[in-house]
Amino acid sequence: MLDIKNLHVKVAGGGEEILKGLSLCIPAGEVHAIMGPNGTGKSTLANVLAGREGYEITSGSVCYEGEDLLALSPEERAAKGIFLSFQYPVEIPGVPAMTFLRAALNAQRERRGEEPLSAPEFMKLVREKAALLKIKPDMLKRPLNVGFSGGEKKRMEILQMAVLAPRFAILDETDSGLDIDALKIVAQGVNALRAPDRSMLVITHYQRLLDYITPDRVHVMAGGRIVKSGGPELARQLEAEGYDAYAESAA
Amino acid sequence: MDGAKDSIDRSTLAAARALEADKYKYGFTTDVEQEFAPKGLNEDVIRFISAKKGEPQWLLDWRLAAYKRWLTMEEPAWAMVHYPKIDYQDMYYFAAPKKEGSGPKSLDEIDPDILATYDKLGIPLKEQEVLLGVEGAPKVAVDAVFDSVSVATTFREELARSGVIFSSFSEAVKEHPDLVRQYLGSVVPPTDNYFATLNSAVFSDGTFVYIPKGVRCPMELSTYFRMNAQSTGQFERTLIIADEGAYVSYLEGCTAPMRDENQLHAAVVELVALDDAEIKYSTVQNWWPGDENGQGGVYNFVTKRGDCRGARSHISWTQVETGSAITWKYPSCILRGDDSQGEFYSVAITNGAQQADTGTKMIHLGKNTRSRIISKGISAGRSNNTYRGLVSVHKKAKGARNFTQCDSLLVGGQCGAHTVPYVEVKTPDAQLEHEATTTKLSEEQLFYCRQRGLDAEEATALLVNGFARDVLQNLPMEFAVEAQALVKVSLEGSVG
Repeated sequence: MLDIKNLHVKVAGGGEEILKGLSLCIPAGEVHAIMGPNGTGKSTLANVLAGREGYEITSGSVCYEGEDLLALSPEERAAKGIFLSFQYPVEIPGVPAMTFLRAALNAQRERRGEEPLSAPEFMKLVREKAALLKIKPDMLKRPLNVGFSGGEKKRMEILQMAVLAPRFAILDETDSGLDIDALKIVAQGVNALRAPDRSMLVITHYQRLLDYITPDRVHVMAGGRIVKSGGPELARQLEAEGYDAYAESAA
Repeated sequence: MDGAKDSIDRSTLAAARALEADKYKYGFTTDVEQEFAPKGLNEDVIRFISAKKGEPQWLLDWRLAAYKRWLTMEEPAWAMVHYPKIDYQDMYYFAAPKKEGSGPKSLDEIDPDILATYDKLGIPLKEQEVLLGVEGAPKVAVDAVFDSVSVATTFREELARSGVIFSSFSEAVKEHPDLVRQYLGSVVPPTDNYFATLNSAVFSDGTFVYIPKGVRCPMELSTYFRMNAQSTGQFERTLIIADEGAYVSYLEGCTAPMRDENQLHAAVVELVALDDAEIKYSTVQNWWPGDENGQGGVYNFVTKRGDCRGARSHISWTQVETGSAITWKYPSCILRGDDSQGEFYSVAITNGAQQADTGTKMIHLGKNTRSRIISKGISAGRSNNTYRGLVSVHKKAKGARNFTQCDSLLVGGQCGAHTVPYVEVKTPDAQLEHEATTTKLSEEQLFYCRQRGLDAEEATALLVNGFARDVLQNLPMEFAVEAQALVKVSLEGSVG
């Protein structure tokens, strides 16, 4: 589904190279995890895949379902099913979560040539998904992420993912700032979305999220590239041994 | 991050340059035979206007006195707006669609071009269109002002049944001369300021509303203004009186056709609320803002003032200002009656080369008077947006309270936002609060929205509507949807 080949990325305007020849292939229906120390380029990878401005791709390619992903605008990528659960979800003052989500969903549908969802259809869909994530209806009426706790923000990200039903979801440090109960709810939400035609890339610093979301593959990222790949057991090994062993291979 | 910011700034700049005249959706003209007053301004022109309208002597005298006064006055220069000197002798002061015979008896007799113009603007002029609306939908009465003369009025009868007078100003002068004479100029005196004095001398038409004692006006009243004749200054005069215990909600909305020459607009709006009366006045202003250099836009110098004359009276101004090359406008409240309340809710959007200097004055004269100011300024392109407000608490206004919140939002790096609050307090126990913020539309917010599927323009519109929500929520339903759409149209071309 997603094939990243030898990707080199630096900050636009002549910054230092962050991704240094990263390659990664994620087949349809699989959940892959990327682990690694801070500052190794995990979030840059997430941002580049979602199309954030401010990066310069110096070489390499990203092929998404046979298409050049890097040639698309962020909103085109979103309509084609790319979803990023933000590490730090942004506050949108004055725009109720429900309003935001409906605008987003219908913008995507319009771009895909689909009819917009009517208000009742939309409400039904959101309520159903919100219940699963234990999100109270009154939270949906509040301006998106404004005054939300860390856990509420992350649950709201997963709700958006559930409603938008992406083909390829990137979860950037979705576990950070979550207590164990919130972590379980979020993991449950993510697991409910696992499907044969949907892939996910879970970016995390710690093993604990992977106790609840069992990945098909685990990759260790260091120094701007993937330095080791393995099965779920690799995550546990990392938790025990730390990232020190990979610091050298990155250098 | 700086790189990202720069690229946004650059694209804003590019977009501002690309902002073209033809983007103005409502830029079209209607070809209707005009009856002009001779070009220029002198006593004869004022006599022409007054004679054309068959006005009584006292009103002509009133106009002439204002004109004499105006000749001694100087155009104000304190606002943060810049424009070429206006040649007051180079424009027409009266233009009316020509009438055949004694004037239209029904909508069928009205020039189809005029009706077509309103149709393009989506104005529910025809009574039947309103009646065909959704069951239970609020009825809106429209007193349409086409250039200077009211061409059609709907719902008269239903309003008349409840004793409400809703008519053109000229008609009111004929049919209710005592009411007009009693209240005209009692809130904005003919000597008030340069533009109000000019209006007093040459005003062509406008709207008159009187709500009798204890009557709650059964529907929202609405007037759409539309300037149409080339080089015709528009000098509307609106007078709304809510007698004791009365309530009225009034909507004003406007668009103007494209122009090469600047059009001067100097309206005066006077509101009078007697004991326990309430007036809610809402405006959506979308006049032609000019091209990317501000050429050809409307100059909007308006004096709007409400007098909370009675105890416990309440006047609320809500405005959405998106158009005009220059906006000079300070809808104000004189809180004369004890326990009276004044409110000002404003969204002002400037884009391209627009300049807006707008705000309010809350003059606390009575005891325990309260005022509330919520101002949301949005600047995009190379525009400048200034909030200018005065809160004045006089000696006798014991227990007066004011809350002011001024928020500015910058879209891109070429625009300016300014906040100029004035405060005068002469009583020790008044309570005044002032909050002000200036923020920039963030790249993070834009990216977040775009990641979810909204394009840059949709995202900007959504974010700006969110920023202005506290104010937009105060608009009547009929306007709220239109205003949200207008926010989007106004910001077109402001992001790359």
